[in-house]
Amino acid sequence: MSAVLIAVLVLLGLGLVFGILLGYSSIRFKVEGNPLVDQVDSLLPQTQCGQCGHPGCRPYAESIVNSDEAINKCPPGGQSTIEALADLLDVEVVPLDAEHGEEQIKTVAYIREDECIGCTKCIQACPVDAILGAAKQMHTVIESECTGCDLCVEPCPVDCIDMLPIAPTLNSWQWPAPKPGIELIATDRHPGIALEAEV
Amino acid sequence: MKNTVRVHSFHGGIHPPENKKQSTGAPITMAPVPSRIVLPLQQHIGLPADPVVKVGERVLKGQLVAEAIGRISANIHASTSGVVTAIESHPVPHMSGMPADCLIIEADGNDEWIEHQGLEDYTQLPKPELIEFIRQAGVAGMGGAGFPTDVKLHLGDDHIVNTLIINAAECEPYITADDMLMRERAEQILGGIEIIAHLLKPLHIMVGIEDNKPQAIRALHAALDNSTLNLDIVITPTKYPSGGEKQLIKLLTGIEVPSGKIPADVGIVCQNIGTTTAIFKAVTYGEPLISRIVTVTGQAARHKQNYEVRIGTRFADLLDHSDVDREQMYRLIVGGPMMGITVEDEQIPVIKTTNCVIAGSVQEMPPQPPAQACIRCGMCEQVCPAELLPQQLHWFAKGREFDKARNHNLFDCIECGACSYICPSNIPLVQYYRFAKAEIRKEDAEQRKSDHARIRFEARLERLERAKVEKEERRKQRAADAARAQAAKKDAALTPKPASTANAESSEPDLKQLKSNAAIARTKLRQAEKALANAKDKGQEGVDTLQATVIQLQEKSDKAEQAYQQAQNAPAKAPVAAPASSLKDLKNNAAIARTKLKKAEKQLADAEASGEGDISALKAQVVTLQERTAKATEVYENAESGKDNSAPAIALDTSGLEADIVAMQGKVDKAETAWKTAVESGSPAADKMAAGVAKLKDKLTALQDELAAIKNASIATAAPVIDTCELEADIVAMQAKVDKGEAAWKTALESGSPAADKMAAGVTKLKDKLTALQDELAAAKSSAIATAAPVIDTSELEADIASMQAKVDKGEAAWKTAVESGSPAADKMAVGVNKLKDKLKALQDELTAITTKSDAKQDETQMQSEALDMKALKQQVSIMRTKLKKAEKQLAELSEDEKESALASELIAEIDQLKLRHGTAKTTYDTAEAELIAAAAQEGIDLKQLKIDAALARAAVTKAERALTKAEDDGKQTLEEELLAIRAQAEKLNATLERFSE
Ligand code: SF4
Ligand code: SF4
Ligand code: SF4
Ligand code: SF4
Repeated sequence: MSAVLIAVLVLLGLGLVFGILLGYSSIRFKVEGNPLVDQVDSLLPQTQCGQCGHPGCRPYAESIVNSDEAINKCPPGGQSTIEALADLLDVEVVPLDAEHGEEQIKTVAYIREDECIGCTKCIQACPVDAILGAAKQMHTVIESECTGCDLCVEPCPVDCIDMLPIAPTLNSWQWPAPKPGIELIATDRHPGIALEAEV
Repeated sequence: MKNTVRVHSFHGGIHPPENKKQSTGAPITMAPVPSRIVLPLQQHIGLPADPVVKVGERVLKGQLVAEAIGRISANIHASTSGVVTAIESHPVPHMSGMPADCLIIEADGNDEWIEHQGLEDYTQLPKPELIEFIRQAGVAGMGGAGFPTDVKLHLGDDHIVNTLIINAAECEPYITADDMLMRERAEQILGGIEIIAHLLKPLHIMVGIEDNKPQAIRALHAALDNSTLNLDIVITPTKYPSGGEKQLIKLLTGIEVPSGKIPADVGIVCQNIGTTTAIFKAVTYGEPLISRIVTVTGQAARHKQNYEVRIGTRFADLLDHSDVDREQMYRLIVGGPMMGITVEDEQIPVIKTTNCVIAGSVQEMPPQPPAQACIRCGMCEQVCPAELLPQQLHWFAKGREFDKARNHNLFDCIECGACSYICPSNIPLVQYYRFAKAEIRKEDAEQRKSDHARIRFEARLERLERAKVEKEERRKQRAADAARAQAAKKDAALTPKPASTANAESSEPDLKQLKSNAAIARTKLRQAEKALANAKDKGQEGVDTLQATVIQLQEKSDKAEQAYQQAQNAPAKAPVAAPASSLKDLKNNAAIARTKLKKAEKQLADAEASGEGDISALKAQVVTLQERTAKATEVYENAESGKDNSAPAIALDTSGLEADIVAMQGKVDKAETAWKTAVESGSPAADKMAAGVAKLKDKLTALQDELAAIKNASIATAAPVIDTCELEADIVAMQAKVDKGEAAWKTALESGSPAADKMAAGVTKLKDKLTALQDELAAAKSSAIATAAPVIDTSELEADIASMQAKVDKGEAAWKTAVESGSPAADKMAVGVNKLKDKLKALQDELTAITTKSDAKQDETQMQSEALDMKALKQQVSIMRTKLKKAEKQLAELSEDEKESALASELIAEIDQLKLRHGTAKTTYDTAEAELIAAAAQEGIDLKQLKIDAALARAAVTKAERALTKAEDDGKQTLEEELLAIRAQAEKLNATLERFSE
């Protein structure tokens, strides 16, 4: 009888101790904001282009976390972002929603400087302050800061901004994916088929 | 030969056929000086070197041609003497096959050395200087990636170096460059090792060498006998890839370099054996790294041997020298068969890391058989020297599960190719790893970039927020200031000031107001002057306008200043006394005039109603009275506003005078009416009265003259902005008087009155006065013209002329009647008419003068602006033309592809139309521009605005073209739609241009 009592008391005591410990740590180590939003936000490409239909990457991250927004609405991020998001949120990988645009090669804005009239409209549009210029002066894009979001192209009244694909250099060149081989099982091996399939 | 140290072993490894014997038969020979040297600016890891020679410059062998930028970079030297012919894109040995910037030297064949000097005793030199000496020689790792050697030599600074390992394993098949080097130049190698040992001070030096090079081992030992150097030559079993840095370390020391660490972290530094000779040559002879040993081998090469080749020699030259059978050559491989790369272009040059060139035949380098499915045999795992799971990595890379690949230590893979070699399914495993590594690196770079973008984005948001808050604060501050100022004013108004009268009180703030006015005017003036000076300096347009503005401002400022000073000098007298007394008078005058007018009007109405009496005379009277009333009221109002006007002095001075004049006029009128009645009634007092009237009139004239003089004075200071309407009003009034006098005189003549002569004289006098006034007006106007020339309104002058003409006509008619009636005054009248005619002519002349002057001015401005803008316009038009041409070309290409399609021809037709429209648009544009410029010159429109409009029009064209390109891209289905869009665009463009022509 007393053994049962002791066991119950010990368990109660333990429960109490851990409860207090947990309660304390939940106050002491309280995390400000929603960490999941931050994580999702850090996976998004931060182009701030608004193609997802949200006014920037963070709002999209918030609505992914808080209102179950689809994860396939970010064209600049493309499939790899979708995969990363699916991995993080433990949901199915879905193809990119074409409604919001297609995955395109990376570009960078370029201002044809002799045509620029210095209206500063593009500066106001650029979300990352990648354009340098002043009123009535020629403007230019700081290439290393430009995310290629396209937002500066539309406001330009003289249409002197081009989105140029980033040319690969020796240092930025990448090995391409190898062509997939012929996936035959050994018993199906036949030179004729193999050669044909290769062509 | 026995090893003095225990040899460990590493995991895996393979034993491919060695194929080394072929190229060790002949000694190293010097390759001939090629006709052209191609030096890639990046032959090493790190930043490309920066050229320090110019195209056309002659360089000597060993001369520095490109300088290292930053810490990790290497100098590049000319490898023979010659002339730099270009710095341009040229194929280089790189996996991508992409060209890169190269410095090209046309050799002169003299192979003339630049003056160079080695170090007598390098041990005397401080270590950093010695390392710098080696760096100057451009030495970079000659075994693998070409890591700048000086960086490695600095490792002793922040690491404790226990062991120095010299890598002489040369494990890859075919390559014998290091083998031959050791056989023939063992002393140089030991010399180099000594220098490295001097710099790093290792406890232990080991040379790792595979047991398939017995001659090299023997040569090294022989050299070592004559040397004081304490090192161990460690012979390792032949196994690929024992030459891998980490593998060799494992072999010689048993230490495993942890993943993600460099050997120096475990106290070991590795150097390639080729690098040691380069260091030796640099330090002892002062020779930079301009040549290296290259193995030329492969079944297609007839002379398989090692050459000392100048860096920058193209493979074509080397292959020719080795007598390579191009027919037989199937693949050209740079480096070994395991880790080398296949190159397509023989123009690619030898660089610092090129150790071997294999001209392989089909038999020895067969094409990669097609890959089969992985059978999970696990052989790859067994041979992997990095102890990875190649099969697993392959799956991850293929499935793009890069994170998992990374977690399986993908980055420890040394890309040795052992797994690919052994794989029974012929899977190109290394390619998968390279691809996966590249993807991961790209993702990392993107992650970094997106983090960077986020930081910038957030910083921007913060900045905008801050700007908003600041603006709000400023607004609040201003509101608060305004409220405080208001309160202060109220307080001041409420506080009784016993010492000052009401007038003085009101004059006090006025003074302040004047002062601030003057200050503001001054500042404006200064600003305008500055702008003018600027414009003049730069020769910008609009200098004239600016000048006019400056003059105007100057006057305003002067006026304001003057007003202020006057007000200050007579603060009590002017504003207090004058208006107080004369204002009342003026008000009275105005009221009297109004009453009189009303009376006269009533009389006129009565007369009209009853149909009796002299209606026309009454009417004339009413008109005069109306004028007078208007004037009186105006004068009164002027005087009143003059109280707090910024220039009260002038207004005050003249207002009193004007009041006097008005009063005098009233008297004259009265006297005239009386006199008329007298004449009508045939009273004998008429003569006397006439004289009285004349006297009064004289007085009036005197007063008016005075007024005019004062006004003139004010004109002198406030010239261009002078209000000539007062003068004009005077003239009109005078005219009315003259008319009246003439009418009276005529009546007198008709009635045969004896006073007629006198009256005639009076009329002439009046006329003279009128002329004087008119002259005055003209003078005032011309002075105004002189400063405000191009914008002068000549309509007033024209109106004057018209009225003068009317007068002349009238005078002539009167004269004719007089002649007809045989009046004796006819002669006099004729003279008067002539005079009038002269005046008219003078006026007309003046008008022409003014018009021509302003025309000339206009022309000038127009020409100026045209010169400025026409250039830009021309440019724009030519841009439009080129763009159109481009569009046409694109279309031409399209039509070649799809000649059959009816749509294409339709498209061409459309383009023609578009072109036509473009042409018309251009002409419209041209004329519009010309007109717009003229308009701008006249109205003073900003020419910049014009430019911007033009740019906008240009943008419309660009957009149309873009739509066109898009149409091409999108294919035929959407072509029609797009064409419609283009047409709309063209329409829009035309509309824009039409707007221009308006
Ligand atoms: S420069 Fe243009 S494209 Fe680049 S980030 Fe700014 S707005 Fe986007
Ligand atoms: S929007 Fe266009 S014209 Fe305006 S400043 Fe930017 S680049 Fe220049
Ligand atoms: S060696 Fe080739 S077939 Fe065998 S497990 Fe490795 S990848 Fe698969
Ligand atoms: S290439 Fe990489 S995975 Fe393959 S054997 Fe070499 S180290 Fe191992």
